[in-house]
Amino acid sequence: MDPILYNKIISVGVYGSAIGLILIGLYAVLVKKHLTKIVIGLSIIDSGVHLLFIAVGFIKGGTAPIFSEKGIELVNQGTAMVDPVPQALVLTAIVIGFGVTAVALSLVIRLYRHHHTARIDHIKSLKW
Amino acid sequence: MIFNIIFFSLLAIIILAAAIYAVVQKDLLYAVIATGVISLVLSIYFFIMQAPDVALTEAAIGIALTTIIFVITIRNTSRREDEIPVNKEPDREEETK
Amino acid sequence: MKRAFILLLLVVVGWVLADTFSQINFGESRMGDIKQQETVGAYYLNNTVEKLSVANVVTAIVVNYRGFDTLGEVTVLFLAASGLASILYRRKKRGEHDVMILKNSSQLLQTGAKLIFPAILVLGAYVFIHGHLTPGGGFQGGAIIASGFLLMFMAYKDYHVSHNVLTWVESIAGILFVSVGIWGLISGATFLENILGTGTLNDLVSGGIIPLIYIAVGFKVAAELTGVLETLLNFKTEK
Repeated sequence: MDPILYNKIISVGVYGSAIGLILIGLYAVLVKKHLTKIVIGLSIIDSGVHLLFIAVGFIKGGTAPIFSEKGIELVNQGTAMVDPVPQALVLTAIVIGFGVTAVALSLVIRLYRHHHTARIDHIKSLKW
Repeated sequence: MIFNIIFFSLLAIIILAAAIYAVVQKDLLYAVIATGVISLVLSIYFFIMQAPDVALTEAAIGIALTTIIFVITIRNTSRREDEIPVNKEPDREEETK
Repeated sequence: MKRAFILLLLVVVGWVLADTFSQINFGESRMGDIKQQETVGAYYLNNTVEKLSVANVVTAIVVNYRGFDTLGEVTVLFLAASGLASILYRRKKRGEHDVMILKNSSQLLQTGAKLIFPAILVLGAYVFIHGHLTPGGGFQGGAIIASGFLLMFMAYKDYHVSHNVLTWVESIAGILFVSVGIWGLISGATFLENILGTGTLNDLVSGGIIPLIYIAVGFKVAAELTGVLETLLNFKTEK
């Protein structure tokens, strides 16, 4: 198979699923009325952005950025290594994303306890 | 090569289908399990894109912990997305205490 | 009308993203010439083994080159845990107990959890002790340990982790992290500078302060995530 076409198909698959995740999550945040569903949408956007970052840092034929004694020789002979910077950033972002989700969900629980509903169109009073 | 194409497109189809299912499904418990599936496929993606550190983080945090805090939230709130509105006044109990 | 606007917004966002990323070839090297150190990624790949003798470059970036960022990240996680506890705080009525899970789980889950729980703890500790040699590190190890505690929470209704223990573990780990940074200041270098000898590559004790910091981060993250789970599980809403 033609390598250019092959590369195109793979890139459409990876970038397409990342952008698709971002769009689906954005749709959920904008349209859905249930607060838990909105938080689900936020976490889906998170996943899409992480996938996009890792996909940008990927190098074809590269190895993971972990050296072994054999690996140093291979790298000196010209084997590529994947860009480690996006991986470090995504590592941070996943953990922070968990913290954000936890606080958002605790707010959802608190709102439900107060208003007896978790749908934003059923909440009538503005005051907490 | 053909195997790679089939594998990548399968992953893309599964992850997008799980995301659409998570958004469309009215039963929130099913939707949360679908987000767990998204995290699982994402972890496989990270692994085959040579990011084992990130794959490990996503597997531990995304699949286990995020899913479980969603489940706890659903148990404390309502399970259906189209819940029936209750005509109850908001609780003032906690402020007056 | 509203749906049309949302659809328009989605189309615009999707088009911008697709247009941007269609110009970035998938799998192409963007680090330039590695030996020339044109980009920051190439610098890290070139210098990690020689200067730090750390095998895992991602660990070296997270702990050594961006150590201050990691301190901030751990702080954010601490703030998330304490913010969640303060949002879900409520006064208990007299004679009221926090019983969230009403009945014990099945015999199968109980026995299995008891059997697997120590192994999960050991795996978590392994992952964060070997963070500079193999994939993994403090955050992953801490999350694995927290998921072990989650298994115990699910299996036994009376299983509680004392908040005092969690607070102490978390505080001591945080103080260890900061004092390693201040140690660098005292010995004449910058905050969180790698002042210890780096040893040889692929030894367990190598990489200077990196294993030390990752052990601290591992304990801290484990305590924080367990605290988050404990707080959420003990909150009860009457229906």
